[in-house]
Amino acid sequence: MSGLIRTLAAAALLVATGPSLAAGGGDLDSAGTNVFDRASLQRGAALFVNYCMGCHSLQYQRYQRLAEDLDLSEAMVDEFLVKGNSELTDYMKSSMPYEESADWFGKAPPDLSLTARSRGPDWIYTFLRSYYLTDTGWNNTVLENPAMPHVLWDLQGTQRALTETVTDEDGNSRTRITSLELDSGGRLSPAEYDRTVRDITAFMEYVAEPAILKRERIGVWVLLFLAVFTFLAYLLYVEYWKDVKK
Amino acid sequence: MSETEPLASVQPSADDPSRRRLLLASTGVVGAVGVGAAAWPFLASLRPSEKAKVIGAPVEVFIGNLEPGQLARVQWRGSTIGIMRRTERMLADLDKLDDRLRDPESSNLDQQPEYARNQHRSIRPEILVLNVHCTHLGCIPQAIPEVGAQPFDANWLGGFFCPCHRSTFDLAGRVYAGVPASSNLLVPPYSFIDDENVIIGVDPEGAA
Amino acid sequence: MSKAAGPISRGVDAVDDWVNQRASVKSFYRQHLSEYWAPKNFNLWYFFGSLSLLVLVNQLLTGIFLTMHYKPDAEHAFASVEYIMRDVEWGWLIRYMHSTGASLFFAVVYLHMFRALMYGSYKKPRELVWILGVAIFLILMAESFMGYVLPWGQMSYWGAQVIISLFGAVPYVGEGLVEWIRGDYFVADATLNRFFALHVVALPMVLVLLVVLHLAALHEVGSNNPDGVDIKAKKDAKGRPLDAVPFHPYYTVKDIFGAGVFLMIAAFIVFFWPEGGGKFLKPDNFVMANPLVTPDHIPPVWYFTPFYAILQAIPDKLLGVITMGVAVLILFFVPWLDRSPVRSLRYRSWVSRVALGIFVVAFVRLGMLGLSQDSSTFELRLWTFVYFAFFILMPVWTSFEKTKPVPERVTS
Repeated sequence: MSGLIRTLAAAALLVATGPSLAAGGGDLDSAGTNVFDRASLQRGAALFVNYCMGCHSLQYQRYQRLAEDLDLSEAMVDEFLVKGNSELTDYMKSSMPYEESADWFGKAPPDLSLTARSRGPDWIYTFLRSYYLTDTGWNNTVLENPAMPHVLWDLQGTQRALTETVTDEDGNSRTRITSLELDSGGRLSPAEYDRTVRDITAFMEYVAEPAILKRERIGVWVLLFLAVFTFLAYLLYVEYWKDVKK
Repeated sequence: MSETEPLASVQPSADDPSRRRLLLASTGVVGAVGVGAAAWPFLASLRPSEKAKVIGAPVEVFIGNLEPGQLARVQWRGSTIGIMRRTERMLADLDKLDDRLRDPESSNLDQQPEYARNQHRSIRPEILVLNVHCTHLGCIPQAIPEVGAQPFDANWLGGFFCPCHRSTFDLAGRVYAGVPASSNLLVPPYSFIDDENVIIGVDPEGAA
Repeated sequence: MSKAAGPISRGVDAVDDWVNQRASVKSFYRQHLSEYWAPKNFNLWYFFGSLSLLVLVNQLLTGIFLTMHYKPDAEHAFASVEYIMRDVEWGWLIRYMHSTGASLFFAVVYLHMFRALMYGSYKKPRELVWILGVAIFLILMAESFMGYVLPWGQMSYWGAQVIISLFGAVPYVGEGLVEWIRGDYFVADATLNRFFALHVVALPMVLVLLVVLHLAALHEVGSNNPDGVDIKAKKDAKGRPLDAVPFHPYYTVKDIFGAGVFLMIAAFIVFFWPEGGGKFLKPDNFVMANPLVTPDHIPPVWYFTPFYAILQAIPDKLLGVITMGVAVLILFFVPWLDRSPVRSLRYRSWVSRVALGIFVVAFVRLGMLGLSQDSSTFELRLWTFVYFAFFILMPVWTSFEKTKPVPERVTS
């Protein structure tokens, strides 16, 4: 019988830990974000407002909540984050008119509130580091022919794609990108650029689920409490079952 | 209950009944604490949400163009807040009413913040800020600031008249004696940003 | 009891009498707890019944509170879930308890059903207990499917689209039926609204009723045990089974301990792993429903995937739907498919053990295949075949296998 139990447990484990289907593309780099690092979130928030919010909204996130969760003073938020004539209690909406933006870019820039949950942090991290310049403009190895140009190019610089020609079974040859190479550097070193993207990613992770900041902290206490309760319940169970004759 | 003898497979061990009682009590207490703690998030989820708080945030009102004797109305947290610039005559009349009012001294502390507990029930004598919902059943009384005989009061000195159940209040929102409403109109927390702007929902600095 | 009673205990006694003259609370308590004689040899597998009840209570409670904030409207549903996750105090916890509870519900119910298969708990005289249990499982599937539609994400939407379309396979009336279920010409606001009504009002009532009947039927005939021994065969002078203990306090304290362990697992998921690696909350469901964009891949939630795999194995829409339906409905017939003279696997031959083992492997493997996008058709059909073979061949091997003698009394 125990063999059966073991098979069952192994199978259950296999189902539970199978490959995540979160990502659409091929290999993604691990983002390595730490959503509990306040400084990283603060830098990410500033970067997001400066580089992303011209076009993308965070329609479920209020400035006020951001200030509270990231330990920013309201004055700081007012000065550095709140753009245009928004109020502190407003949602972080882009000032770009939604309807017209669809004409300018071919499609309206999507809201990014939940992207870290729908695409995953690794996708965002890899995407923002995978732009390369072609003769016709920007392209990206994670999302081919993106509607969005490389808005961080002044930080990263420009990359170009190194390709190789492969021949498949049918004898058709095609070119495949093997890696990206930095053509001309930007204002940041590659390591600094990675950190910058990591900060933006961490910020988007927070925005996708603000509760994460307290969820795990509370969880530790809940588990400790349940452990004490379960231990007592175990002692009680053993105590009562002393009565039962084998 | 001892008349039922135990089952054949059960042999109640009597070696240490106190241990069983202790374990029963401690598991029970810890379990009860757990149930209480688990109930808290559910009860707390019923309080006004962040969205409700944002919608119920303090409102700023420009009163620079408010004429003497004029009543402005704004909405705050679902209530109508009346703001009135009272004239010298109106303030003087407040003195004459004490014996006709139920609570002329604003003794019911629930009906106004400490800083509005005075004869004119306001921070600045001339500016009246009131939640104008009748304290009887929540209707909105009519403002009748003029002095003169009214169908409901021959010696009317100006005030509020509730058409629902004929409660009357003076121009400081103090309730008359002998009407259905039993307390003065509520003064919401408010303060002055400057001479021309009032903010409803924020106490003056330094006031609790 | 009758020593100089103080005013408080006299008052309590008076209330007690008043109630008991009008409703038989005491006899109910005796019949179902203090004098419900349960076999003394329950093992680990016997936790899952009471745990199912615990999860049911969790789902009802968290569900009621979610209903207070959720908006069943195609325009607002998705945003209202995010409102619960962000703006409602502790809303995130209540929502995760509900979404995690759904997955754990199926986990404990599957283990509970496996226990029944292992120890022959469906055999005479417990056929009705089993039938009511399968009915609960069916309603639970409908309940969870409709609940999954409510957040109105891409997976909600397209999952509803796919599952409702299955009814289109019904000959002649299929198209009309699908339209009638949706209440529109596509999955739309009307669909969401009626699923909400069914999910929060109709099906929970049916579910609770069935659970009550399931327990009533069980307590009528008494619980089975890992040995499959009929404990009522050996009784003491008062007609009480020799191998039994009163459910309360012995199994109540044991089940409370089991609940503690279970709650630790549940709390770990709720607080540290609420998305369940994309299995409990799917990434695509964090994108609002869009009738114009189909996601690349629409796998159902993990607990449906074994049946979804069976659907995929059949190369014909109508036959596929029928096969999937039969895969669930065949469970109703298990009490009569099993011809064995003994209940528990412990006293059956290796044939039964191997058969059940292979069945579990088939079920789990089908579950994995149903999750994946490019499962091999051969494997899908192989395990579908195994799944059905288990039931269809059951009368054969259970009639012919050599069983061991069942002891008269339970073993410890």
